[in-house]
Amino acid sequence: MSSIDVLLWSVLPYFAISSFTIGLMWRFKYDKFNWTTRSSQLYEGKLLRIAGPLFHLGLFAVIGGHIVGLLVPQSFTDSLGLSHEAYHLGAISMGGAAGVATLLGIGLLIYRRRTTAMVFVETTKNDKGMYIFLVATLLAGSAATLSSAGIIGKEHNYRETVAPWVRSILTFRPDGELIMASPLAFRIHAITAMVLFVVWPFTRLVHSLSAPIGYLFRPSIVYRTRDVRSSAGNRRSRQGWERVKY
Amino acid sequence: MKVMAQMGMVMNLDKCIGCHTCSVTCKQAWTNRTGLEYAWFNNVETRPGQGYPRGYEDQAKAKGGWVRTSKGRLRLKAGSRISRLISIFSNPKMLNIKDYYEPWTYEYDNLITAPLGQQTPVARPKSLLTGKPMKIEWSANWDDDLGGGPENIEKDPILKKLAEDVTTKVKLAFEETFMFYLPRICEHCLNPACVAACPSGAMYKRAEDGIVLVDQQQCRGWRMCVSACPYKKVYFNHKTGKAEKCTLCYPRLEIGLPTVCSETCVGRLRYLGLFLYDADRVTEAASVENEQDLYQAQLDLLLDPNDPEVLKAARAEGIPEDWLVAAQNSPVYKLAKVYKIALPLHPEYRTMPMVWYVPPLSPIVDVLTETGHDGEDAGNLFGAIDALRIPLAYLAELFSAGDKEVVEGTLRKLSAMRSYMRDINLGRTPRPEIPAAVGMDQESIYEMYRLLAIAKHEDRYVVPAAHAEQAEDLERMGQNMGCSLDGVNLGDANAGPFGQSSGNPVPVTIENFNIMKARQSNE
Ligand code: SF4
Ligand code: SF4
Repeated sequence: MSSIDVLLWSVLPYFAISSFTIGLMWRFKYDKFNWTTRSSQLYEGKLLRIAGPLFHLGLFAVIGGHIVGLLVPQSFTDSLGLSHEAYHLGAISMGGAAGVATLLGIGLLIYRRRTTAMVFVETTKNDKGMYIFLVATLLAGSAATLSSAGIIGKEHNYRETVAPWVRSILTFRPDGELIMASPLAFRIHAITAMVLFVVWPFTRLVHSLSAPIGYLFRPSIVYRTRDVRSSAGNRRSRQGWERVKY
Repeated sequence: MKVMAQMGMVMNLDKCIGCHTCSVTCKQAWTNRTGLEYAWFNNVETRPGQGYPRGYEDQAKAKGGWVRTSKGRLRLKAGSRISRLISIFSNPKMLNIKDYYEPWTYEYDNLITAPLGQQTPVARPKSLLTGKPMKIEWSANWDDDLGGGPENIEKDPILKKLAEDVTTKVKLAFEETFMFYLPRICEHCLNPACVAACPSGAMYKRAEDGIVLVDQQQCRGWRMCVSACPYKKVYFNHKTGKAEKCTLCYPRLEIGLPTVCSETCVGRLRYLGLFLYDADRVTEAASVENEQDLYQAQLDLLLDPNDPEVLKAARAEGIPEDWLVAAQNSPVYKLAKVYKIALPLHPEYRTMPMVWYVPPLSPIVDVLTETGHDGEDAGNLFGAIDALRIPLAYLAELFSAGDKEVVEGTLRKLSAMRSYMRDINLGRTPRPEIPAAVGMDQESIYEMYRLLAIAKHEDRYVVPAAHAEQAEDLERMGQNMGCSLDGVNLGDANAGPFGQSSGNPVPVTIENFNIMKARQSNE
């Protein structure tokens, strides 16, 4: 392994993980105020009605697929009697459908962002940068799916290369050789995804971590007493207007 | 019984001249910044009219407020919790900026920088959202004073509803006789739909005074509150991506000052004070079956601050003594519960709104006078109220879920007060049978007159200061709020080609800080 490879496959993953976790903690502690979806629905609703759910729900399916594909070892599904072919077929078809929905969704979202003047004006540089990494990851991921199906290049079983590599990272025994055996599309996908994790806490993507599941279990009407001013992560009020911290 | 205190407001619509001072001062104090250009925490709409945002009262479309299910339970009109969570990626009921209006400014620069030429330079309107020239087609007050005529007015959701049963006659007779102003702020409801709809739990009702607020640190911009509020009084700050709403000027209330809209009201028609209510029975009251019973159910929630039982229970809840005294002197309690002349706006939305309205009587008096009658004679007035069925129906749709008797009752009291007081003012013998005809005695009708007509500052606003160790903090905060126009160059030419609306979102705090600093260093 060259030193570049070591950097890419054994160092970058941990850098991404630390940036992601530490960054999120930092953001949560110091910048709750800007932790929001920054929704642009007020400006434009019709396209968003289709594109928003299409992208998000597609993405959930994609993420679910990744969790199963990367974390469940092949030996486990084998022992369940699920043949490699059957698994492959399922993964490609479901993953493909979810991928198409996600790509279509983000395509529409970007089109909407670019063509609706109000939405475009409100698009920050930060957003634009984030979109680049996000779209690159999605595109590389789709290419990887195609290549694993044998539509591009040779059919490839990522559960023997990429998945064990991810597990090797998560168990702190990084083994870059594993992923280096995979086709280029997979490696590009992995790199862009890692970069995406690095920048994640510093973009509007943070809103994905505030999925309001607790809503299902809380009483309808929330009461608070006046002096809960400094619960964790809130900026403390000072006299007069708040001091500027940026 | 769980006694809680609620800061409430009453507006006496008879006195509103539609001058919009309240809206403007409120805007200067609270929404004079990028992201909320279109938002009016306080707005004044002409009725009949479409209101602001347009047609917000059409709940079949807007899906605000609560509905009672067949099982007798309350559910948000927008659907179950799960269905609303699933639709979080694009709230199907969210309003578009066009439903409010697209905020704009004018190219004033052009007036002084245009090169010498044949034509007088003009300041073209340009959108504050896109920075591009735009055509102004609507605003928060486009149909002010019935502007736009029948074409606009016909779209009033209430008129539409009335027209369904009485056809066009309603509208015509109506237009001839009636127009009044309806100033609106957040109702600080006892059963707030906005709070119930917030997935993040960022919206809450303050336990001490019932003010409904948005926690800016916790709001994640899901904008469910915006559509869930039937009065559409939560606004989405499109710059910060957070919900914002009327705060009932809590920094002022906490040091015993009335809200900005009340203090600056030209007609001096606003009243502020405390209600004590039974928090345990709110849900029960909000879910009574018949919509027309909601007004009474809401009245029943309000507890008598002179009842020793209530006082005992209130002390047990830790409500301080001076608050109890304030509750006993509360003008809003008197107007709503003792005299029963203030009514909630749209009780049928089941949010138990806490801004109450004394319905307007003047147009009826005017009509009588115009037709050669003595507009203030009790006999004429009582008769006229009965005869003017159409405005009554309209008022009833606004204030009592269509129950005309309720509105008629309040109007009769108001006209009785006028007639009774006229005898006194003209030096004639007062006639006790006039108050008696509306179930009041001379003393109470005189008290009511003092509260409505004399309306001393200290009688209108009975605001107990907050009890807290941080009171000092709050005081400084309240004093810092002045007119934000002071010493600030609002037409800042350096703000970039798109005005302030382009580029990275500027956190509210920075804007406020800069405005503050500019003002301090200018003085
Ligand atoms: S009127 Fe105010 S308290 Fe009531 S639902 Fe609307 S925003 Fe909430
Ligand atoms: S300031 Fe008073 S009189 Fe003027 S519009 Fe507002 S409520 Fe009406």
